[in-house]
Amino acid sequence: MSKFEIRKRTQSEVTILDIYGELDAHTAPILENELKQLIEKKYVHIVVNGSGLEYISSAGLGVFMAYIEDIRSQNGDIKIANLKPKVFNVFDLLGFPTLYDIVDNEEEALTRFK
Amino acid sequence: MPSIKEHTLRISASTEELEKIRRFVADHARKFGFGEADISDITLCVDEACTNIIKHAYQWKKGKPIHIQLAMKGNEMLVTIIDEGKPFDPDSYQVPTLEEQLSRKNRSGYGILLIRKLMDHVEYLNRKSRNEIRMTKKR
Repeated sequence: MSKFEIRKRTQSEVTILDIYGELDAHTAPILENELKQLIEKKYVHIVVNGSGLEYISSAGLGVFMAYIEDIRSQNGDIKIANLKPKVFNVFDLLGFPTLYDIVDNEEEALTRFK
Repeated sequence: MPSIKEHTLRISASTEELEKIRRFVADHARKFGFGEADISDITLCVDEACTNIIKHAYQWKKGKPIHIQLAMKGNEMLVTIIDEGKPFDPDSYQVPTLEEQLSRKNRSGYGILLIRKLMDHVEYLNRKSRNEIRMTKKR
């Protein structure tokens, strides 16, 4: 069965989600629930650190799509950092870099919130 | 006639099986001599096709059958995925645009787009109550 895990940190007003494992149709609800909870608590400055993400399918990408408008309507954003090349390739194929901040590393992602 | 090596995986329709499906496809694609980038592409496309069967053809009903067949013919891998659910009509498919999907909070349609982009050829067949997706990728 696919394994996926989220560890949460905060830095100033930014919530950093370190994600590990495989994000597919089976594990996408784990990320979805996390984002829902953050939005409810109005923690809408979010960095997703994908250094531990080994795999993503469109079901995983769909989670980012489903909540970005809610987050931006509250003046927040999701910045995505540290993706492995094979994972970035899936984001890129579907045109995500034109609408999302996808950056090389976490420091750069945090800078974009300043 | 070139020799044909075939491998079959029979599973029940559940997202719990996706990891097993990916491992099956990646292992055989590697044995067939594909490079890592192609292995990732083929594996993703089979995941996307099976996820669509689970969500749309079987509408999340567990226990329904999915058969995945892999065959190597010459330098080409043929992936055949068979289900007995609601047929997919490829003519009704519209390529989603990210801006529209975001405004509608719609997240469907990207699996088919990835399959079209990453595989060399894809076709959908419907015979009586049996649906077949056939996808090929050259080595």
